[in-house]
Amino acid sequence: MASVTLRALEKRYPDGYHAVRGVSLDIADGEFLVLVGPSGCGKSTTLRMVAGLEEISGGTIRIGDRVVNDVAPGDRDIAMVFQNYALYPHLTVRENMAFGLTMRRMPRPEIDRRVAAAAESLSISHLLTRRPRELSGGQRQRVALGRAIVREPQVFLFDEPLSNLDAKLRVQMRAEIAALHRQLAATVIYVTHDQVEAMTLGQRIALMNHGVVQQVDAPLAIYHRPANRFVASFIGSPTMNFFSGTVSDNAFQVTSGGPRLPLNTAAMPAGPAVLGIRPEDFVASMQGDCVPFATVTLDMAEHLGHETLAHFTLPGGGPAIARLPGDAAAQVGHRVDLAVRRQALHVFAADEDGRRLN
Amino acid sequence: MKEPRSITLVRHAVLLVFVAVSLYPVLNVVSISLRPGNRLRSTDLAIIPADWTVASYVQLFTEQPFLTWLWNSLVVSGLVTLTGVALASTAGYAFSRFRFIGRKATMLAILTTQMFPATMLLLPLYILIARLGLVNTWLGLMIFYTATALPFCVWQMKGFYDTIPPSLEEAARIDGCSRAGAFRHVVLPLATPGLVITALFSFMTAWSEYIVAAQVMQDEAMFTLPLGIKSFQASLSSQWGLYAAASILVSIPVVAVFLALSRYLVNGLTLGSVKE
Repeated sequence: MASVTLRALEKRYPDGYHAVRGVSLDIADGEFLVLVGPSGCGKSTTLRMVAGLEEISGGTIRIGDRVVNDVAPGDRDIAMVFQNYALYPHLTVRENMAFGLTMRRMPRPEIDRRVAAAAESLSISHLLTRRPRELSGGQRQRVALGRAIVREPQVFLFDEPLSNLDAKLRVQMRAEIAALHRQLAATVIYVTHDQVEAMTLGQRIALMNHGVVQQVDAPLAIYHRPANRFVASFIGSPTMNFFSGTVSDNAFQVTSGGPRLPLNTAAMPAGPAVLGIRPEDFVASMQGDCVPFATVTLDMAEHLGHETLAHFTLPGGGPAIARLPGDAAAQVGHRVDLAVRRQALHVFAADEDGRRLN
Repeated sequence: MKEPRSITLVRHAVLLVFVAVSLYPVLNVVSISLRPGNRLRSTDLAIIPADWTVASYVQLFTEQPFLTWLWNSLVVSGLVTLTGVALASTAGYAFSRFRFIGRKATMLAILTTQMFPATMLLLPLYILIARLGLVNTWLGLMIFYTATALPFCVWQMKGFYDTIPPSLEEAARIDGCSRAGAFRHVVLPLATPGLVITALFSFMTAWSEYIVAAQVMQDEAMFTLPLGIKSFQASLSSQWGLYAAASILVSIPVVAVFLALSRYLVNGLTLGSVKE
């Protein structure tokens, strides 16, 4: 296994589109790093540059202590699992898994041993003589995983490997990929647009937008202390509520006569800012560590059994959501006294960057 | 729902008419080739005449340079097929996978050549071939045929490669193949139906062509089969028995090639490779 180091990585297409802007990342040996972001954020391009499938316009890529900028994909000692599986349709499952080893002229008995072991660990031993078209989606994805495993590469690259599977299978495969990582202790770079995959699989998450890495941190650190408004809105579902207002002496005043929340503003410049509150940080009754927020009228209440999503609109503000317990008797038109956990107030700059202020 | 009997009957009647229309000319030619002497017309309705003989066939091989013509045709058609497949498979790949300056213009230019009927190109191409000193040579005819067949083949191969997901090649490259290796190990096997169609088209273009061959090949020893067969027909007397026998023999390789290659003309080779 090996570490992967990206330094000031750039990708510009001939038509001028700047897909990746100065991405620098250090992925430790054996680490599971998830690249996450909305579509078009440059995460797949970054992964493809590490794989050698895209030329890089600037910067360096290092796998272990070797700079691989100009090394052919086949010589980088990586394996990649594609979103669409990319199985060779004219070959059997066994031949698909053995393809990379055959190309490297590995002795036949060693190939057979590795294929058998990988097939065993993925429970696809009984499929080895079949062709990809005879397999279900989940089986195909296992074969694609197997093809990567037999190579015993330094780095595994995953390009949205689960997004073509149905929800149930996705949960199952997610667990298997996590188990696989524990078993192989391999370095993994995993691209996804799904925040649940990112949160559950990644030891660290690198969140990208517009070709720029917004934040790199452990999943819970990103959740609890998002570096800017974009990160805050991307991680968490339903998404974080934002209220514009002003920071002034130890309080945040929500615009247009909204609530005034006590806050340690020591490190913040006074003036316009944006307050972020996650739906799950609202409570319907005052508790010890809470501050009163507002009495709101519910526009809609979605009862999901284990929770109730209460939609409301602050006067002069946009729509917002509070996540209340499943047994909350909230109905449309009800008035609810909302409080908010004191530790859960996020303050961001009001400008376009929206960086975190507290 | 079960179809009414009357409709079934009508359907079969119509199909029988089509079968008769398709088979009658062929059977007629077979019949002529088996008649003794040189009888084009006959009042006999039997397909195999009572006094049938294979004399015309024997004569083709013993008294006529049929084997020479067959050899000429096989060489020209075979080489045109090889050249066509080699060039179309690579050019089509380049047009499908690479984005280079002038790509669209070149593709359109290739298509433009198809707008002119071959007869219109006859004179300029003949002058070209004459200047190159290629009249009466296999090479002259091959250039002509390859040039006419290639545009269609390149477009057809390009279209075929477009249906093969690029991620398969990417997977192959990560698995240790060079670009050329990925082409050879992954793309070409999947493009087999396209290659077969290209091969058939190139072969047919060369095998049954007459007008161009009549200009380029002027020496009887260099005749291809269509020219040879036509030479049995003269203004005063035509050797219809030979003509018919040769026609039957000419069609056999084509049928054989079709039968041999048809098993590769299957759909869905890339099925199951990727999920879009």
